[in-house]
Amino acid sequence: MPGKLKAKIVAGRHLPVMDRASDLTDAFVEVKFGNTTFKTDVYPKSLNPQWNSEWFKFEVDDEDLQDEPLQITVLDHDTYSANDAIGKVYIDIDPLLCSEAATVISGWLPIYDTIHGIRGEINVLVKVDLFNDLNRFRQSSCGVKFFCTTSIPRCYRAVMVHGFVEELVVNEDPEYQWIDRIRTPRASNEARQRLIFLMSGELQRKIGLKVLEMGGNAVVGYLQCFDLEGETGLVVRAIGTACTLEKISTLPATATHPSNSSPSKDMKDSPQAAPSTLGCRSTHSSPVHSASSRLSQGFSVSVPTLLFAGMKPRHRSSEAPRARQCRPGFGEEAPGVPLSSGPPTPLRAQTFSSFSPSKSYSRQSSSSDTELSLTPKTGMGSGGSAGKEAGPLKALLRQQTQSALEQREYPFFTLTAFPPGFLLHVGGVVSARSVKLLDRIHNPDEPETRDAWWEEIRQEIKSHAKALGCHAVVGYSESTSICEEVCILSASGTAAILSSRFMQDGSLDTEHRLSRQPLCVFSTGSERVEGDMGSSASLGFEEVVPPGCGFCHIPYDELNIPFPAQLTYCYCCRRYKVPDVLFTTIDLPTEANVTGKGCLIQARLCRTKKKAQGEGNATAISNLLPFLEYELHTQLMNKLKLRGMNALFGLRIQISVGETMLLGLASATGVYLTALPSPGGIQVAGKTPSDITYEQHISNMQKKINDTISKNKELHEINPPEVVEEIIGSPIPEPRQRSRLFRSHSESSDEVSELDLSHGKKDAFVLEIDDTDAVEDIHALLTDSPTPAGFYSCNTEIMPGIQNWTSAIQMFTSVRVFRLNANLTNQGLNKIFSDLCENLLKSLYFKLRSMVPCCLCHLNFTVAIPEDELIQVAVTAVAMSFDKEQSLENGKQSGEKTLIKAITENDEQLQFNLELNAETSSPNPLSSPKGLSEVGSHPSARAPSVDYSSFADRCSSWIEQLKLKAHTIRRGSVKTTSSLEKASPLPEGRSRSLRSNRSYSGSSVAVVKMTPLSFIPGAKIIKYLGIINMFFIRETTSLREEGGVSGFLHTFIAEVFAMVRAHVAALGGNAVVSYSMKECVFMENPNKNQAQCLINVSGDAVIFIQESELESTSVQTQSATTHTSNGGEGT
Amino acid sequence: MSVELDVFVGNTTIMDKEVYQLWLNGYTVNDAVKVRIEGGVMEECEASAEVLLSDTMDQYRTFQMCERLLHHPAKLANQLLFQIPPDRQAMLIERYYAFDDSFVREVLGKKLSKGTKKDLDDVSTKTGITLKSCRRQFDNFKRVFKVVEELKGPLVENIRQHFLLPDQLARDYAAIVFFANNRFETGKKKLQYLTFQDFAFCAGQLINNWTLGAVDNMTEDMDVDLDKEFLQDLKDLKILITDKDLLDQHKSLVCTALRGKTNVFNEMEANFKNLSRGLVNIAAKLINAKDVRDFFIDLVEKFIEPCRSDKWTSIDMNLYLTHYTNSAHILDTFKHHAVWTRYMGVIKSCILKMYHD
Repeated sequence: MPGKLKAKIVAGRHLPVMDRASDLTDAFVEVKFGNTTFKTDVYPKSLNPQWNSEWFKFEVDDEDLQDEPLQITVLDHDTYSANDAIGKVYIDIDPLLCSEAATVISGWLPIYDTIHGIRGEINVLVKVDLFNDLNRFRQSSCGVKFFCTTSIPRCYRAVMVHGFVEELVVNEDPEYQWIDRIRTPRASNEARQRLIFLMSGELQRKIGLKVLEMGGNAVVGYLQCFDLEGETGLVVRAIGTACTLEKISTLPATATHPSNSSPSKDMKDSPQAAPSTLGCRSTHSSPVHSASSRLSQGFSVSVPTLLFAGMKPRHRSSEAPRARQCRPGFGEEAPGVPLSSGPPTPLRAQTFSSFSPSKSYSRQSSSSDTELSLTPKTGMGSGGSAGKEAGPLKALLRQQTQSALEQREYPFFTLTAFPPGFLLHVGGVVSARSVKLLDRIHNPDEPETRDAWWEEIRQEIKSHAKALGCHAVVGYSESTSICEEVCILSASGTAAILSSRFMQDGSLDTEHRLSRQPLCVFSTGSERVEGDMGSSASLGFEEVVPPGCGFCHIPYDELNIPFPAQLTYCYCCRRYKVPDVLFTTIDLPTEANVTGKGCLIQARLCRTKKKAQGEGNATAISNLLPFLEYELHTQLMNKLKLRGMNALFGLRIQISVGETMLLGLASATGVYLTALPSPGGIQVAGKTPSDITYEQHISNMQKKINDTISKNKELHEINPPEVVEEIIGSPIPEPRQRSRLFRSHSESSDEVSELDLSHGKKDAFVLEIDDTDAVEDIHALLTDSPTPAGFYSCNTEIMPGIQNWTSAIQMFTSVRVFRLNANLTNQGLNKIFSDLCENLLKSLYFKLRSMVPCCLCHLNFTVAIPEDELIQVAVTAVAMSFDKEQSLENGKQSGEKTLIKAITENDEQLQFNLELNAETSSPNPLSSPKGLSEVGSHPSARAPSVDYSSFADRCSSWIEQLKLKAHTIRRGSVKTTSSLEKASPLPEGRSRSLRSNRSYSGSSVAVVKMTPLSFIPGAKIIKYLGIINMFFIRETTSLREEGGVSGFLHTFIAEVFAMVRAHVAALGGNAVVSYSMKECVFMENPNKNQAQCLINVSGDAVIFIQESELESTSVQTQSATTHTSNGGEGT
Repeated sequence: MSVELDVFVGNTTIMDKEVYQLWLNGYTVNDAVKVRIEGGVMEECEASAEVLLSDTMDQYRTFQMCERLLHHPAKLANQLLFQIPPDRQAMLIERYYAFDDSFVREVLGKKLSKGTKKDLDDVSTKTGITLKSCRRQFDNFKRVFKVVEELKGPLVENIRQHFLLPDQLARDYAAIVFFANNRFETGKKKLQYLTFQDFAFCAGQLINNWTLGAVDNMTEDMDVDLDKEFLQDLKDLKILITDKDLLDQHKSLVCTALRGKTNVFNEMEANFKNLSRGLVNIAAKLINAKDVRDFFIDLVEKFIEPCRSDKWTSIDMNLYLTHYTNSAHILDTFKHHAVWTRYMGVIKSCILKMYHD
């Protein structure tokens, strides 16, 4: 169904001089959507043209609305020759298509040119009228909300989580088309930018359709990536989690909903229906609901023996260079030998797959095995609980739920944080990689090969999860690394057991809580469990397990554990088994019991590889991958122990391929989970205790290690209470004493060293002390310099042990490229790479020293090998200051007390914020006389520039409040002017907000915060305005003149930030959350004085309000915080 | 092995005040790193020289990117490229437009032309200020000069609004512009003892009292050019020295008033006619542009030096000038009271400011 897109070009400013003679510009604007183009008049001889155009109207299908960007081109009119383009603005109008997001785009947007960068700004107004409101979501996916945030967005609640959605579209890359030889670089870049915009739009629309089919209304954890395959094409792919979200109303009146609405009805409804479900959850007692809650028990049934029995032999007989049993938590463990993938591409593709429990897990066997395991699992589950509760109906229902999840093609979730009670148990990391040779995509409409590739990988992941006794994979992500025609596809996630609560219609909150307890039976963990199903199951029904440890309990059957593992009883509840180490890709659950603080742990590895072509190359890479992963894992494990911690969260392993090397970088946040046993130390053992000096050397080293461990424990405040150990013996025979380096310490020593070094010692990772490699490795362990005083770092959303964040945040991106010498050994490379990362971190700490005490959160490292002998590392993170002393407790209390008050104030604040986004520097044609009415009383106030009409539109839901408080609005408008007048008399209660606003005065550009996190400390997100997904190309042919490569990239990144901020501000927002830089491809040719860079960024545009402004506590500290809120700069 | 590329970009642009100052002072990256190492920032933050170098380069790059915005400070507030908190913007601007007194002393009153710019390396050698810094300061003077040259309205206010400078700095720039426009001679050896602040004070006096702006506030260049009519009228003051009676009368009035109140009475009495001739001649000649340029040198030669050699104190000076000014009003045949007040007010405060070692 069609819609009407309206655009108005208001003005331009800071335009570049296009006419050398007059030092001025005769600018006009072309507005293009689809195939329709409108033009403004030429505004002669001005660098600040005021076009003030009519409304250009485009009548289009909503399909086009979703796919196409609005393209605005600013040109310089030239009577005699062709008009010169000044630059372009692409506007994604998707946020306007959703009723809950933005309603107007209005503001100054940078005019961007791929050769010259930002060249001035243009003020535009864009609106969309979708016809037939009632029906507006029926036929297309307009209105499906997209979120980059990998948790349930702050002002929504999840009614239902439907599951995995994925899609990919392919096209020819314009850069590689024949026409590229004859067109200018600018034309080529613009063709590419536009194509990617179109493809992203199309992709989003298609995913939206899938979501609607599933009955959802939103995609959470939307992750879109580009594969620039070069000759073979351009792939844009996305994954996400379909959900039905419901807005948590900010108005107290709507908070109480009639509790009698039928739960079953809710889910069937289209997105619009969602709001009606509030409150219906708690009062139901219909059989459907109780059943549903019990159904979840079905999930907790551990995996039948069958599954593993089939696999174990394989595992033993494997020729893999498997050094030691892999840690359960860790999926990356390699099956040494790359397994040839299935029949479809037997020759060309080398599939390398891995998963922790059984290392050598071949595709052929796995799929069948897992298929088998499905049914018994369900059967057992229902059987087990049916015995207790009885009732054939219930059993049936339970089965249905169970299968509901399992029938899903991929029970994957891109979420990394979950509503309380959703995540029951965590099994461990599962991952799969596959090396492929790229071939030309013949039919872009049917990208079958690419789809098939991902399908293979996902199947693999699914079966790995099954093997861990889990029915779902959470924290799921996919990535690629491409070098020439070789492509490594990777996927990873965390095997988990989820509550059915959010996957079922109308489940009840209260019931859910009940149902959760029994589920603890299937504790997560990564090592072996003892005890029988029956007993644990019965226990589970009676006892309440604290939520702080439930997710650690192993989900798999301890008797049939597919890998050697050491299990103990949970150190929290003492009832269920937990592994000794837990690796996951998700964020630390907020309810988890953690001792001390966490820290960033990285494993870094470089491996040289011979230059090769085609299949040979792919084979070589496949052969290297397992070693790489294995060593990364060992490094991670050692570093974890060295810090005295026992769990990793947010694990992300990136493998990057270049012509002559492979690069592996694993980042995670280590923590000490109270529920898990204390980690053993690290012991160095000499091969042959021959002479005294040698032994001394060893003991020195040992001493150093021990010192480091205790120092680290102190640093991270890890001092777990002493507990009596209850170790469950490992079924695995004692390891040979040949292990040179084994983790040990009291209880865990013996079985930790189930380093199964017996086979394939040659290939295995053995730390021999007389082997220089080993010495290097140990040195590397010890040379990881600790974070300087006052700093903490993690790659997850939150840092355990730190709550009292101040509102000072500083998001940053840092990029380094390092040139290597030829002919380096693996050791040399490793050291260089490791130093590169360490130095980068040190630089960051130094840069941000003014924010101490602070924590670098969501440290996201991306490595790439742009060309031979170059290593590129890009980091995006946010530094957040926290208060050492002061706790925010009191704030919380008062916040609750004044809830209603807060909400009303909320609205006021919102208005200010909106107004702040309105431009103040130019006279706005829409300024309402109303807004002006009070200006007179402020002597130095300039004309207020509140765009009243658009602003009213924007917050239509608050329109009532607006009218009531017109008074407030006027004040707001005054404030946004650059008036420094402080003497104006203000009514009580208003002064506070005024003051906080004043911190913005003096600058006519609204402050937009950016953060890779899903939240803003000390602030409340009150509205999501839509997804920001931007792709830019920048090229230069005068690299030296632009300050060399660093100057060029520095400018470009700053420009990208500026454009993101401007678009967010134009949507009416004041922050971007879940911001990430997905792609930063940098290429240079210094000899030709040229460079090119592609950057893709994404995030969620939001409106937030400072919590401090909601509270009626001390006025002065608030203004202080708002002042510092945009701070974070060095001193 | 080398770092080929190294950038750091914050959403809020991070700027270190210390590094900014080093950059403004024209230090090279390596020199700046040395200074920072000596400053002890490394120990404080557990950093290495490498880290410092990387940070310094990064900051320098940021400043260079910002520099073109600083040329039009108003743009800094509504540009989108860098997100800089307002207080930080103010700091950036203020420091960018700050100048060294020793430098400004060298170029004060000179034409802000390319020729002068070429001689900056001599200035640099002489003052010990890096050439880079000299160029920035010189370009700042020139930029401000060009902008306000064509503006109507009060000079100080124009500078403050266009360059968002704090009041004192705006006044200093006004002085620089005023001196450059009138090409006052300040470089002579005899004037070397005067500081920039002395001149800036005098400029303020001249701007407030002798320019067109002092009488009419809506003309172009009103604060930059001296009031021609006034200069014309100054010629009438000559009667004070040409008319013998008037001169004697004036002398006796002043002497009567001062007798017993000063230790240098005798010297004053002996020198009165010379001093009076000096001041009135300066007034009478101001109509010639060339003599305007020599205004300060004349003041020093004709008035300050003789007094200094007679060892007048500033109190003596104040006393003398007060009575010298006031007595003229009592003279019967002297009619030009307004012009006299306007002239002597400025002369008095200038001389008092300039009368030191």
